[in-house]
Amino acid sequence: MAAYLVSVLNGLAMGSLLFAIALGLSLVFGMMDVLNLAHGAIYLAGAYLAVALLPGDDVGMGTFVLAVLAAAAVGAILGGVLAGLTRATPGHLDQALLTLGVSLVVAELLSVAFGEEVHAIAAPAPFDGGVPVLGETYPAYRLLVIGFGAVLAVAVYLLIERSRFGSLIRATVADRAMVSALGINTGLVLTGVFAAGAALAAAGGVLAGPILGAQPGLDEKVLLLALVVVVIGGLGSVRGALLGAVLIGQVQALGTSLLPEYASFLIFVAMALVLLLRPAGLLPPRTAVRT
Amino acid sequence: MTDVLTVRELRAGYAGTTVLDGVDLTVPANGVVALLGRNGAGKTTLIHTIMGLLRPYSGSVRLGDREIAGAAAHTVARSGVAIVPQGRRVFAPLTVEENLRIAAGRGHQAWTVERIYQLMPHLAERRANRGDQLSGGEQQMLAIGRALLRAPRLLLLDEPSDGLAPAVVDHVADLLEGLRGEGIAALLVEQDLHLAFRLADEVAVMQKGQIVHRSSTSEFRADRARAHALLGVG
Repeated sequence: MAAYLVSVLNGLAMGSLLFAIALGLSLVFGMMDVLNLAHGAIYLAGAYLAVALLPGDDVGMGTFVLAVLAAAAVGAILGGVLAGLTRATPGHLDQALLTLGVSLVVAELLSVAFGEEVHAIAAPAPFDGGVPVLGETYPAYRLLVIGFGAVLAVAVYLLIERSRFGSLIRATVADRAMVSALGINTGLVLTGVFAAGAALAAAGGVLAGPILGAQPGLDEKVLLLALVVVVIGGLGSVRGALLGAVLIGQVQALGTSLLPEYASFLIFVAMALVLLLRPAGLLPPRTAVRT
Repeated sequence: MTDVLTVRELRAGYAGTTVLDGVDLTVPANGVVALLGRNGAGKTTLIHTIMGLLRPYSGSVRLGDREIAGAAAHTVARSGVAIVPQGRRVFAPLTVEENLRIAAGRGHQAWTVERIYQLMPHLAERRANRGDQLSGGEQQMLAIGRALLRAPRLLLLDEPSDGLAPAVVDHVADLLEGLRGEGIAALLVEQDLHLAFRLADEVAVMQKGQIVHRSSTSEFRADRARAHALLGVG
């Protein structure tokens, strides 16, 4: 029983991180039709920023929060630059090559700066210990990450469903040309979403640090997971990104505890099933009414 | 009378093809011009090019004294052009209220969401419903309300009667007729000739990407043989 609970909690923690990372990828694809293959590299930049800013095993909560904010700022700048570059580059293939190129350059620069070894990042005090959960000791930091995921989900829900900017985002996903015909500079909306999504990915790199660490190649793994989340949830859908992230988190955690050798394979089985049964994803966004 | 819209030698198309092949057209201030023509004549392409949704190859589009050819759609919209597009293109995931608030923005005092609700009480009742939960007629009302909130000098209407039941078309016509005196000029693309003749002061006919005829509505209606030759209908 306790083992299952630990697995569910692990899945929720992973799901929270995946939601933060996949959200930007999904919205940028839904709104701009741009598949940002540099999204994983932005995540990795955040993780290495944590390595640089949070050395040693003794990390205070204040320093940790500052590192998250610094990563978000760096991510926002990278996202803004990528938004500009992709807008100047029409065509899916060209955009994919462009963002892949940026991704490779960023990952290589990070490798040069931080080396090929695996870096561990300490969880901030007072979340660096364990707490008893049904007789087992569970890492307190992962509960913090689950809490962060819940707060992020509520905040994003309020922003997207209840604010004017949120209705602009939903309208732009549905029919971008019509939004611009109402006098709204959709380029600014898109750049804002691109920057915010990249900020979340980089902040996710810091937050995931105490769990996944930082190492070369992590960008590709994270990008692949985020892509699976986006495909399962539905391109451009916030609710879909949340559902997909929680699902993939659970599939991965359950797979790791029950069928360790097939764990990574199970995620793609889940994606294949969704694609077979609901090709548009589990919760695709509603598009414009065209009668 | 001064013209609110002056189109000169406009050429445009998609992916290298030429759809508009030198369009010349004016819309007088406060006037309503019906743009008629067979399918494929280029009417919707012209509407899209004026709105800035399609970049022209060459030519001039002036709004009053201001050149807007090639400008982005949001710039054209801010210059005072609004569109009620073909197929209505209401934002499906947004409520009626959100659809209207997006268009309202800031500072368009002449039209407020409350005034739209007074003009279209039925929309007020459905303000919490999503765009994809509305009937075709309700969506058309919403598309018109959304355009009015831009407080336009020029309204581009692309097939407002398309897909609507006759009684609903009458309702839309009443609504548009009621806008006379608001200082809004309109360019109306319409297959329903009864509606076009009822609303328009003048008629322009498009063929193969050019304006081939222009006259007052009454003059156009008087010559049935010419109307038949131009449109294929009596």
